Amino acid sequence: MQNPLFQRDVVSIKDFSREDLELIIKTAQTVKENPSGQFLAGKIIASCFFEASTRTRLSFETAVQRQGGQLIGFSDASNTSLGKKGETLSDSIRMIDSYADAIIIRHPKEGSARLAAEVAKVPVINGGDGANQHPSQTLLDLFTIFETQQTLDGIKIAFVGDLKYGRTVHSLAQALSLFDGVKMQFIAPDALKMPEYICEELLSSGVEYQVVQKIEDAVEWADIIYMTRVQKERFDPNEYHLVASQYVLKSELLKTAKPNLKILHPLPRVDEICTSVDKTPYAYYFQQAENGLYARQALLALLLNEQGIYG
Amino acid sequence: MDKLHKLQVEAIEKGTVIDHIPAGQGLKIINHLQLMDKKLRLTVGLNLPKESGEFKDLIKVNEWHLVNEEAENLFLFAPDATINQIENYKVVKKYKMKAPKLLKGVFDCRNQNCISLTEPVDSKFIVDQSDKGLRLQCHYCERWFRDWVFV
Ligand SMILES: [Zn+2]
Repeated sequence: MQNPLFQRDVVSIKDFSREDLELIIKTAQTVKENPSGQFLAGKIIASCFFEASTRTRLSFETAVQRQGGQLIGFSDASNTSLGKKGETLSDSIRMIDSYADAIIIRHPKEGSARLAAEVAKVPVINGGDGANQHPSQTLLDLFTIFETQQTLDGIKIAFVGDLKYGRTVHSLAQALSLFDGVKMQFIAPDALKMPEYICEELLSSGVEYQVVQKIEDAVEWADIIYMTRVQKERFDPNEYHLVASQYVLKSELLKTAKPNLKILHPLPRVDEICTSVDKTPYAYYFQQAENGLYARQALLALLLNEQGIYG
Repeated sequence: MDKLHKLQVEAIEKGTVIDHIPAGQGLKIINHLQLMDKKLRLTVGLNLPKESGEFKDLIKVNEWHLVNEEAENLFLFAPDATINQIENYKVVKKYKMKAPKLLKGVFDCRNQNCISLTEPVDSKFIVDQSDKGLRLQCHYCERWFRDWVFV
């Protein structure tokens, strides 16, 4: 089988075609059934976290070790001297490039992963560049939606919470727009509504979307409810509780849900999903986080095996 | 073309005249031209009256012809400007500026947290022209900007 992802950089979700995404999802499914395939045997992966992100790092590093790969790298700015003596990121990446078979980079500045990908000869995977992209999060979201609904075409998904600053929401909406007949509902405070440029993109790629006032209005309709956190710092303290309380998911709101409804959340959750929801059959955010491991395993295996994992 | 105008355009023997620049944008274009080549010989007219009663800026560059990419880099400053190529005091070629698909190294990204500001790379913007106007997307931080952010 020809593997179009071999040696590719993974910087932005927009670098993927529908076919690429389907291959990653299919591979992730296979990896989940048998997670111990040694697809990275003999490979050295650099895990370069210029800022701390423990969840993302543990998930990536487990994905490497599970598949027999070896790790070099650093976990945050305090345990690397790179970049501290005025060295540019370009020079740091050139050096790492000569050691590793692939580079995972997390960096506080937007565009850092694109720059790293231009400098490095080996594949670069973006583990989050400032407020810009975090494509592996989107891959695990897509995999999870596919796993729970058996398709991505015609999915009805409601996005709830901070739709303005939430990059996971933007990337997922953009990725889903590659599939047919996807319908979206947006439920957000006025100050945090979906940016206009995303809405324009969605319209031009044929996605139908609707702005809805309350979570209750979406429950009966949705296959997926994608929750995000409304952060305190976006509001003045008096206003915050009033606003945030309208975007909290409680189990009693789920009475009219369809049997196939699943609730997702990029985690960490604070109080926007009541713990009472955890026990309902709709809660799927912990499985979603676990799926991050399989999605990242699949991604790494595809980047570093010319024939993919089926060859 | 009235006499005054004709004189303005043809007063150099050989070179380029950038005409119909919106009044106020001329200095920005000069600034950009000088960044490209410090030795360029420039003659400038600011706030020249137009037939319509409005005002325009005009720049003459001696002994120098804009190549395509250079003209494209100036597009954002004056989308409606015309470029006159002069040989022997005559306009031998006249064309309008064209919107580029990509702008490289013309101006810095306006996102203060963009990696392109602190690394040894040229800025790079993808230009998108629609009925709503011009938008630019930074190749690095992927942020979108309206054209007026830069000019
Ligand atoms: Zn930028």
